[in-house]
Amino acid sequence: MIERPEQVAGLSVQYPVVIKAQVLVGGRGKAGGVKLAKTPAEAEVQARAILGMSIRGERVGRVLVAPAADIAAEYYLAFVTDRSARRAVAVASAAGGVEIETVAKTTPEKIVTAAIDPSLGCPPFQGRSIGRRLGFAGPRLNEFAGIAGRLYRLYWAEDAELAEINPLAVVGANLLCIDAKLVLDDNAAYRHADRPASEELTLLEREARSHGLSYVELEGDIAVIGNGAGLVMSTLDLLAHFGGRAANFLDIGGGATAEGMRQAIAIVQRKAGIRALFINVFGGITRCDDVAKGIVQDPPRVPASIRLTGTNEEEGQRILRAAGISAGLDPDGAARQAVALSRGTSRPHQGP
Amino acid sequence: MAILVGRDTRLLVQGITGYQGMFHTGLMLEARTRVVAGVTPGKGGTKVHEVPVFETVDEAVRATGANASVIFVPPMFARDAALEAIACRLNPVVIITEGMPVHDAIEAVAYAGRQAVNVLGPNGPGVTTPGQCRVGIMPTHLFSPGHVGIVSRSGTLTYEVVAGLTHAGLGQSTAVGLGGDPVVGMSYVDILQLFNADPDTHAIVLIGEIGGSAEEDAARHIAAHIKKPVAAYIAGRTAPEGKRMGHAGAVISGTEGTAEHKIRTLEAAGVAVATLVSGIPALLRERLKDAPAPRRSSG
Repeated sequence: MIERPEQVAGLSVQYPVVIKAQVLVGGRGKAGGVKLAKTPAEAEVQARAILGMSIRGERVGRVLVAPAADIAAEYYLAFVTDRSARRAVAVASAAGGVEIETVAKTTPEKIVTAAIDPSLGCPPFQGRSIGRRLGFAGPRLNEFAGIAGRLYRLYWAEDAELAEINPLAVVGANLLCIDAKLVLDDNAAYRHADRPASEELTLLEREARSHGLSYVELEGDIAVIGNGAGLVMSTLDLLAHFGGRAANFLDIGGGATAEGMRQAIAIVQRKAGIRALFINVFGGITRCDDVAKGIVQDPPRVPASIRLTGTNEEEGQRILRAAGISAGLDPDGAARQAVALSRGTSRPHQGP
Repeated sequence: MAILVGRDTRLLVQGITGYQGMFHTGLMLEARTRVVAGVTPGKGGTKVHEVPVFETVDEAVRATGANASVIFVPPMFARDAALEAIACRLNPVVIITEGMPVHDAIEAVAYAGRQAVNVLGPNGPGVTTPGQCRVGIMPTHLFSPGHVGIVSRSGTLTYEVVAGLTHAGLGQSTAVGLGGDPVVGMSYVDILQLFNADPDTHAIVLIGEIGGSAEEDAARHIAAHIKKPVAAYIAGRTAPEGKRMGHAGAVISGTEGTAEHKIRTLEAAGVAVATLVSGIPALLRERLKDAPAPRRSSG
């Protein structure tokens, strides 16, 4: 793995080599992020070209230089958490090397699946059964079953949502993992303290997460805060329905505290170009009085429309009133007001 | 009658001595739920809101005859709490905990299948039969007893819909939160079957969101088996692709999981889909008028 093209000279690898962009997105081959080189000079040129390019919006900071394999056939093998099956499912195909979504669309009959019993894992017999359906036989069938068992153990031990080898290549007498991808379960991060922070998040998204908030940056000018993913999603839809555009998705989560609410207001206001704030809270495990305390500690700097109802609603409304902040109970009215505020056609704190 | 929980429910609260467990035990008792026991390892022998606390679920069941459980413990203990309740065959087991690792949920749900136990959640608001029993965190004051059954992946959206129905004079039979995580216990189809068989439920509201294909599965089931009127709402029409919208389950990848696809599939199954949450009561009233219901909704 190197970060500067000049480092190619210092590598002791057998040529020809393949130079691969190291990015956290799929489809790098198609984007030109994988190149073959016969000599060190050629490798340096290719590494220079790939380092610094952008693949699906992600800058390439590192490349892997590895001996090129003489590939006879390419397979796909993955374990993925399946919502309908409510467990892991093995997904395999003899049409490897391309995105599995493409295979699923064009030749679904080439995809083999098998549900995994979490109390058994993927025992050798199940691995062989999958391998047979891909056409493996003889010693290579056992080798495939071994790889499947180890990949499932990796999926489980690393708390992955997806553990994928693509392609799993036949090279000479062996099966080689040419490329792989892991998608990890954020909920299980506490069991894997050694992992570096995800590089996929923006600075604000990362900061929000450190406060237990779920924040996604969007394109519009109305900052949104709500509780519960479903409610916040429907709040974005509601703003769009009345002609407004949400600047973000922010879910303060179940059982949010006053401090969480205060942090949420601070974070959404940091994005440039915010013209209004829409707070839409329906208390369940979250209490309206906690939310109100967070709002009055550090009142919004931009015009705000607030809707606050549910658990401990009366106390929450009272805390806001005492601080001179009005809040409504009806979501549609509050959304309309937020849109009007973002256009500067309504004064703040009038309540819907 | 209602579904899953009612007057006969004798509820055990796991994590009863914690901040949320204690608070919501009080509210569940106010909602006339028979909370008969609590369990917090290390705190046995104490009381919370006059409810006796035990060290283990097994002891609690033997002492109090508890037959259902609700779990308020932190994510890292949720797997063990769920397995303990399932081992004792409490039914349903309702996991409120948000942030439970997905693999832990897989193990709990698989074990529940072998023990023939219904699991709701994780990351759900629980289940409420108004006037009889509240298991979980749904705000009771929004409800009124009646004949509309509600099933949802989202807690707060459920409250929104219930409040709208009550305001419109449409009472509820039972409201069920499935949970917002990728792997949860009961599905829309499981709940639709129960509502279809429940004489107290005359109409059904299905609340869905982007991600996965559970709503599409529900649509197929409705088209083939459900005779009662169904209205639906799907959240996330304006969500961008590839971004995880809060719920670990709510992410659009490719054409899979989009709100548009879910809405089209539900409409093709004869479901009335509302554009805004506030539009649901009117849609449902219309459907109830058309439906040859055995009894008119007293709603």
